[in-house]
Amino acid sequence: MMLISAAMTLVVGHELQSAEPKEEKQRLRKEKKQHKKNKKDDRGPPEKEKEKEKASVPAPSKPATQSPAHKAAPVPVNASASESPVAAEKPAKSKAELRAERRARQDSERASKQGKKEGGQQSTSSKPKATPNELQPVVKRLPDHVQVDDPVALKKLAKKLERQQKSGQGCSLNITGVKVPLRSDYGYKVSLFSHLHQYSRKNPPTQQISIPVTVIHPSIVRLGLQYSQGIIAGSNARSVALLHAFKQVIQDYSTPPNEELSRDLVNKLSPYISFLSQCRPLSASMGNAIKYIKKEISNIPSQCKEEEAKRILQECIDSYINEKIILASEAISKYAIEKISDGDVILVYGCSSLVNHILCEAFEKQRKFRVIVVDSRPRLEGREALRRLVKKGIRCTYVLISALSYILPEVSKVFLGAHALLANGYVMSRVGTSQIALVAKAYNVPVLVCCETYKFCERVQTDSFVSNELDDPDDLIVTRNGKTHLENWQTVKSLGLLNLVYDVTPPDFVDLVITDLGMIPCTSVPVVLRVKNVDQ
Amino acid sequence: MPGADKETELSERIEAFLSELKRCGSGAGSLRGSAETARETTSLLRRITAQARWSNAGDLMEIIRKEGRRMTAGQPSETTVGNMVRRVLKIIREEYARSRGSTEEADQQESLHKLLTSGGSSEDNFRQHFTHLKANVIEAINELLTELEGTTDNISMQALEHIHSNEVIMTIGRSRTVEAFLKDAARKRKFHVIVAECAPFCQGHEMATSLSKEDIETTVIPDAAIFAVMSRVNKVIIGTQTVLANGGLRAVNGTHTLALAAKHHSTPLIVCAPMFKLSPQFPNEEDTFHKFVSPHEVLPFTEGEILSKVNAHCPVFDYVPPELITLFISNIGGNAPSYIYRLMSELYHPEDHEL
Repeated sequence: MMLISAAMTLVVGHELQSAEPKEEKQRLRKEKKQHKKNKKDDRGPPEKEKEKEKASVPAPSKPATQSPAHKAAPVPVNASASESPVAAEKPAKSKAELRAERRARQDSERASKQGKKEGGQQSTSSKPKATPNELQPVVKRLPDHVQVDDPVALKKLAKKLERQQKSGQGCSLNITGVKVPLRSDYGYKVSLFSHLHQYSRKNPPTQQISIPVTVIHPSIVRLGLQYSQGIIAGSNARSVALLHAFKQVIQDYSTPPNEELSRDLVNKLSPYISFLSQCRPLSASMGNAIKYIKKEISNIPSQCKEEEAKRILQECIDSYINEKIILASEAISKYAIEKISDGDVILVYGCSSLVNHILCEAFEKQRKFRVIVVDSRPRLEGREALRRLVKKGIRCTYVLISALSYILPEVSKVFLGAHALLANGYVMSRVGTSQIALVAKAYNVPVLVCCETYKFCERVQTDSFVSNELDDPDDLIVTRNGKTHLENWQTVKSLGLLNLVYDVTPPDFVDLVITDLGMIPCTSVPVVLRVKNVDQ
Repeated sequence: MPGADKETELSERIEAFLSELKRCGSGAGSLRGSAETARETTSLLRRITAQARWSNAGDLMEIIRKEGRRMTAGQPSETTVGNMVRRVLKIIREEYARSRGSTEEADQQESLHKLLTSGGSSEDNFRQHFTHLKANVIEAINELLTELEGTTDNISMQALEHIHSNEVIMTIGRSRTVEAFLKDAARKRKFHVIVAECAPFCQGHEMATSLSKEDIETTVIPDAAIFAVMSRVNKVIIGTQTVLANGGLRAVNGTHTLALAAKHHSTPLIVCAPMFKLSPQFPNEEDTFHKFVSPHEVLPFTEGEILSKVNAHCPVFDYVPPELITLFISNIGGNAPSYIYRLMSELYHPEDHEL
């Protein structure tokens, strides 16, 4: 069966190649595949589907450890070369080779198109044999959420979301409106940020989904809504919620006949991830968690029974949460408490679950200190931190970030939380963190950043513009003394509101990073990443 | 008697002015700009000169000093009142010296050389009576008033020298001087303005709406994003409440952070301040420097039970040291912060620094 289908695709491929230009060829091939899938829904279409998806979403040599944001073009040649001997049988070796060749051609075309679009990135076709153990593929395709100003990228994203509606069972495909919704931007965007999305909280993407939803699991829909409305905020909370939702998904999953759980489940997760990133762009911690899950899923041995596999996966997720988040925060508290002495005045910013945990632990260990909580509009997360600390009985002071220069001469240490630690040592955290570090440096107050290792990410960034998140601009509107000055900001043509969510702090402002592996300087982040990669 | 009537009327006016000062100061930011306060103070002082009973310059100076002390005590943070009083005192000294015929310069300088050579004090009792002194003083005060009226225009006229096209300018809060400055430049040049809203009073919102009405591309950012966007800013232009004697500023809270961020990115920081904001105070009097308003602005009463267990602070002003400032633009032109002490010696007499 598979041979015939392979042969047919081969023939189709050859025909098309000679006659038409290359984009046309791809489109027609896709159509033919759809057509064939409708005719015979057995192992053939999912195989092709998977291959097509693997080709269009190229994976590093371990195909399950891809994340939707990072795609490396040169490696699929490797992947297909290694995969095709597995997929094809002996006599089809030649056909597999031809298929590999064809895929190589596809990828080089795609790479050349990508080179034209993204200009300046290294030509990926020049590295067909990247051995992933030695060199990480240097070129990663830009994530979609920072290409809003590129209409080609937007169209591709829309097509990808459409395509994902059709993955999964081969039945009842044509329910209209059942697809991963594409969220539209809201309001006037400041020109410096036209490459980012700006959504309104009043239009959650869940409004565009009709009931019943066959593609997206209901707990994922609920999670997406919680993200987009800001009910779940904070990188630890978001990751834990994501992992719990995935546990539910795995629980409810049942392998379709003639499918392997290890491959099909990964495919099932892709539309969920696209949906969640439409609700709110994924954080670095969520990205790492998803990578881990996909790796675990694809490592399930094929002879494992479904119940057994599910149990293994649930355990994996539980142990991930336990190790990377809960135990890590215990370890970080132990290190951090050494740094808190009696009589200290500690400044914290916003609401970081980790920093709050450290302070509560230190208080329980009878350290005498008082805390100054700095807060900023429009999120005012510091109030939540204030409530938690006051409930514990810690003496607190509360100011807004504009009063920072007034309050800093009293402070002896600054503890900050992080959203992610980038490979060049920059700390990505809530907007305002870099300001606190700057002013603390001017007053010679030590700045300590607390961050678990699962938040370390391989990206590099030097300013807060190229990759950030724009929150709902209406949050900045405030009514004072009965007057709301910015009420009709939409009507005024030259007025824009900017509500940034993250910013990056340069490593020279940070004195120490406390992680579960110990206390390291900011510049040692790539060392930790390398150690982690070798471990895996 | 007409004299008594005039006196009571005068004291009524002074009382009214004092109570307004007290009331305005307790609101969120001054409800009337400093220029208005300066003008009203000066006209009140002119009225005192005209209507109060005095026979020689010394008496007049005593009266004005007494009233000045009362007015500054009413609202210590409104330094323009004290500045105007000192200007008027200087005017009186000058007019007196001119009437006497001696040059003022010699009396001014307190140098070591003079202390040794003059031996005795260059003290003048100001007790001589001159008939035309009153008229001269009132005329000089009128000149001062005209100068006050023209300050904003004088500053905005310099706008085109400092702003080029396609610039990104950052400012904080609301300053009428800076607003006029930017609007004047916008008539000929196209640029982009980023306004930091300056919580908790959020005066930046008003500034942004007013600027955008003149078709200036404006963006409002929260205070927390100041450092994040600073790398794309070409100039920072701010107003201030007071210019201190060492060239530092007492400005709205958040300005020190803005100045530090500008220094880190080597962005020039330009302060638009008219001369009547220059005050002979130094910043080291910690207890009189800061002014606080109700912490309700920061942590509202709706927060409930945690309020009793928490200290909340809401300072209004920030100190900005002179090393962070690049340029002062005032109605007499542009100056470096290191020159401020010299300007001050021209405006105020050293003996008047303490009212």
